[in-house]
Amino acid sequence: MSIDLPAGSPPARVAFYNDPKVRSIAYQVALCAVIGFLVYEAASNAIANLERARIASGFGFWHTTAGFDISQTLIAYSAQASTYGRAFWVGLLNTLLVAGIGIVIATILGFVIGIARLSKNWLVAKAASGYVETIRNIPLLLQLLFWYNAVLKALPEMRDSYKIPGGIFLNNRGLFVPEPIFGNGFSFVVIAFGVGIVGSISFYVWARKRQEQTGQQAPVFSVALALVIGLPLAVLALSEFPLTFEYPQGGRFNISGGIEVLPEFAALLFGLSIYTAAFIAEVVRAGILAVSHGQTEAAYSLGLRAPPTLRLIVVPQAMRVIIPPLTSQYLNLTKNSTLAVAIGYPDLVQVFTGTVLNQTGQAVEVVAITMAVYLTISLATSLLMNVYNSRIALVER
Amino acid sequence: MTMSEGDLAVAKIHFVRSATIEAKPPPVSMRGAVGWLRENLLSTKFNIILTLLIALLFAWIVPDLVRFLLIDAVWTGADRDACREIVQNRAIGACWPFAFERWPYFVYGSYPIPERWRVDVFFSMLAIGVVWLLWLGAPRRGLVSVYFFVVLPISSFILLTGWKAIGLQPVDTVLWGGILVTIVVAWVGIVVSLPLGILLALGRRSHMPAVRLFSVIFIEFVRGVPLVTVLFMASVMLPLFVPEHLSPDKLLRALIGIALFASAYMAEVVRAGLQAIPKGQFEGAMAVGLGYSQMMRLIVLPQALKITIPNIVNTYIGLFKDTTLVFIVGIFDFLHTVEVSRIDPKWATPVTSTTGYAVAAMFYLVFCYAMSRYARATEARLAKSERR
Amino acid sequence: MNRIFAILALAVVFAAQSASAQTLKTVKDRGMLNCGSNGTLAGFGLPDAQGKWTGLDVDSCRAIAAAIFGDANKVKFVPLSAKDRFTALQSGEVDLLARNTTWTSSRDTSLGLNFVGVNYYDGQGFMVRKTLKVNSALELNGASVCVQQGTTTELNLSDFFRARNMQAKTVTFATANEAIKAYDAGRCDAYTTDASGLYAERLRLANANDHIVLPEIISKEPLGPAVRHGDDQWFDVVKWTLNAMINAEELNITSKNIDEMTKSTNPDIKRFVGTEGNYGEQLGLGKDWAVNIIKHVGNYGEVFDRNVGAGSLLKIDRGLNKLWNKGGIQYAPPIR
Repeated sequence: MSIDLPAGSPPARVAFYNDPKVRSIAYQVALCAVIGFLVYEAASNAIANLERARIASGFGFWHTTAGFDISQTLIAYSAQASTYGRAFWVGLLNTLLVAGIGIVIATILGFVIGIARLSKNWLVAKAASGYVETIRNIPLLLQLLFWYNAVLKALPEMRDSYKIPGGIFLNNRGLFVPEPIFGNGFSFVVIAFGVGIVGSISFYVWARKRQEQTGQQAPVFSVALALVIGLPLAVLALSEFPLTFEYPQGGRFNISGGIEVLPEFAALLFGLSIYTAAFIAEVVRAGILAVSHGQTEAAYSLGLRAPPTLRLIVVPQAMRVIIPPLTSQYLNLTKNSTLAVAIGYPDLVQVFTGTVLNQTGQAVEVVAITMAVYLTISLATSLLMNVYNSRIALVER
Repeated sequence: MTMSEGDLAVAKIHFVRSATIEAKPPPVSMRGAVGWLRENLLSTKFNIILTLLIALLFAWIVPDLVRFLLIDAVWTGADRDACREIVQNRAIGACWPFAFERWPYFVYGSYPIPERWRVDVFFSMLAIGVVWLLWLGAPRRGLVSVYFFVVLPISSFILLTGWKAIGLQPVDTVLWGGILVTIVVAWVGIVVSLPLGILLALGRRSHMPAVRLFSVIFIEFVRGVPLVTVLFMASVMLPLFVPEHLSPDKLLRALIGIALFASAYMAEVVRAGLQAIPKGQFEGAMAVGLGYSQMMRLIVLPQALKITIPNIVNTYIGLFKDTTLVFIVGIFDFLHTVEVSRIDPKWATPVTSTTGYAVAAMFYLVFCYAMSRYARATEARLAKSERR
Repeated sequence: MNRIFAILALAVVFAAQSASAQTLKTVKDRGMLNCGSNGTLAGFGLPDAQGKWTGLDVDSCRAIAAAIFGDANKVKFVPLSAKDRFTALQSGEVDLLARNTTWTSSRDTSLGLNFVGVNYYDGQGFMVRKTLKVNSALELNGASVCVQQGTTTELNLSDFFRARNMQAKTVTFATANEAIKAYDAGRCDAYTTDASGLYAERLRLANANDHIVLPEIISKEPLGPAVRHGDDQWFDVVKWTLNAMINAEELNITSKNIDEMTKSTNPDIKRFVGTEGNYGEQLGLGKDWAVNIIKHVGNYGEVFDRNVGAGSLLKIDRGLNKLWNKGGIQYAPPIR
């Protein structure tokens, strides 16, 4: 069965066009050429089109006075004095605000529902899975429109506002709560708060160490509560309450003063949190199911009851499975907040890609900036979550 | 052995039973409905509280829902007077005549009435394809992909846009709307995203640096930005990038945006499937002398796609829901037609909006739920073959 | 993948070779005028249940189609929102924009538009609920106002309140539909847009009689059709179509008497109907371009009356839009 090869003859040569290396290079050169051509073509067309129509270009508009109002501004903004650039920051902060709060609410709700789906209580499990199946299968946009209309319809007119004790008003213009005004000496309270946090952390570290050495547990939670809440309150009382509140006042049309929570904001937050929670619930359920049942049984046999088993054994292990998909859900929530454009909440897309784009007509610049912002948010979040993920990842010997 | 002694002892002691008796059923409280209740709903104090809370929640929601959708609902009427409490002097639920009257608009948008049969034909062709795909015992299932990816796109394109030469009046896409647009957008996304997604996934795992780099940049860029901005780009910037007279029509631009967006997500799904294929399969394929494309086509992709079917369907569900966003670039999809109709003064009542949203919610719920059941069933079916 | 891109690139190259920058020629070749219009504003641009479009702006487009093709129905209407109208025109998706668009200097310059004239002199106003007992816009201090995004109204609103040291809470929506719906739901005290729009939108509210339009007009809003920068021939065609409609009203030429008018001996009318001079050819159109406009669409007065004036549901007074010799400011340069 042996084949006689002439000794010392070179290996059979293939034609150069069949050589994988040559082919690979050829493919890549072709791809680069095509992409380069398309990019060049697109750019030159864009320049020609803009030139011909004499549409302004460049980022000069950034410093032009905006001239339009925005209903929710976290930083000082006025139509007459602020620029388009300022409007951009206002929109970005509004996006971050709704995304940040939404992530917190969606996470809590999602964990509760995900665990509820695995509950032994039949009714609870069915209710949770009904929630997930319904919410996941209806477009977010529809849910937002529904919530917005539901919020507007359910709330009374300004004149018939619900008055909640403590100077809080609720009507179809929003929720109005007293705004704290910090007087002199309030800085001591802030310092006390900081001291409280540092104190709690050191106490936690100490308690942890002691538990590892002696097995004794310390009341970490109550001590931390006393330090973080109690200490600033005590300082507040000692410094004779340098804190006053600006109460909302009923005007002819609207309630003025105080902090205002817009119905658009409420509807968007509500819709985003409820929608994303359904997805997070699925992520959590899958994560918990991925923890082998032996772990739970071992915990039970050690005498742990169900809640500590979940808290100390199952969830920490499940987190490894949960974190990567959870990250993408957070990013989805942030990206979905762009649907604010449908219900009039002034997020980045509504303010910048909407009004600014329209007033300046500079589509290329505005859309490019918007995309860059979301890309940055996405990449930064992925990076952070990857760092966290690598820290909690299973270290195998 | 002491066995005999033991037997003797048993025989002597009179109160020891020598024959096993029939096992008694468990106590009443542990079986049947009562037992089930105790086991599943009332096992601990915490559980009892939970059960009560959920039951209260149901008692709060369900009757209202039934009352709104069925009992108090209005079923016939010509205009808004039928659905107004002031006129009818009773509590009013959903205003169904509004939905009935507007239904043709919800389905076809402004598609010319004499030409609407073409849309019906398109729907039926699509339905045939879907049944063909789902019915496992159907004849010639091998041709389904040809039907779906070649025959259907071409014939329905001609059918819907029109072709003068064969006597079909051209219908401009501006007139399209409603469920027609929703289905077209979703379906184009589905048909384009799978092949493009596979290409991108292969590109991302390729050994050629330029190809890999391009794929990674494309995938990460598209996945990093919201669909809204992709649509904005497609509708606002795309026309600037092509020569002036070439400016593609509005629907086409949205379709391009959606298809590219879905492809990036599909690429990641397919990549996960590729990663799950053991290296031995690649090596085996190479060892028998298959080239790259043969290896992928015959060995790797069939296995990889099979295990990713549930995830692919999940991506499709997401895509189907995302079609609602095309309203942002001024295209009248199903939800947008509902949104426009609810402002019709002829039907202006307090319940019109809710009725419209209820119709839309049911539509999406039915479609997406059906798709997710399909994904589950496929998952179960494939798992069966693995278990063997 | 490479192959697909190669094909795409080829397609782009071939398509690019058949380029032509002349809008009039493109329109003639296409046999169809693409007109960007408002799809939701009664009186200006609104398709009915059968998909037939009506409105003042819609008729402006029909007039141009009539002038070019002698057929007023060779128009494709593209419904545009306030937000995407300019990009649609810039990108060539539409040949002209007739969508109750305010003529401003920045739009004329940096947006790359050319306004051809004014087909409706408008101004911004406010609509409020009667129950608020507000009689003047000056009483609106502290009110919430619903407004549509991407309009001059959005800017005027802010200017108006600022100039009078008043505060307003603006709530901005992407489309007029959403803005008016939110106003109807009680989200805002007032809704603001061009006065003509207020009358049109009021018809669509659940109970139109519960709302009043305040008397103040806070801005100048000259509305007119616009074309892209850089194509003077097309600019002329659109401009003179509008002028022809106004001139016809001044000369008492209507769609009813146009056939008799072609036999007229009045030199102005002779030039108008093309029996004297070659004014149509100068525009790149046929001799009977103006006759076709009037025959198929009507003169400015007829169009106004039919869509927004006494003959319509809106019943808007002609006011500033009367002819210059009847107390208004509608004035067209002569055809000669």
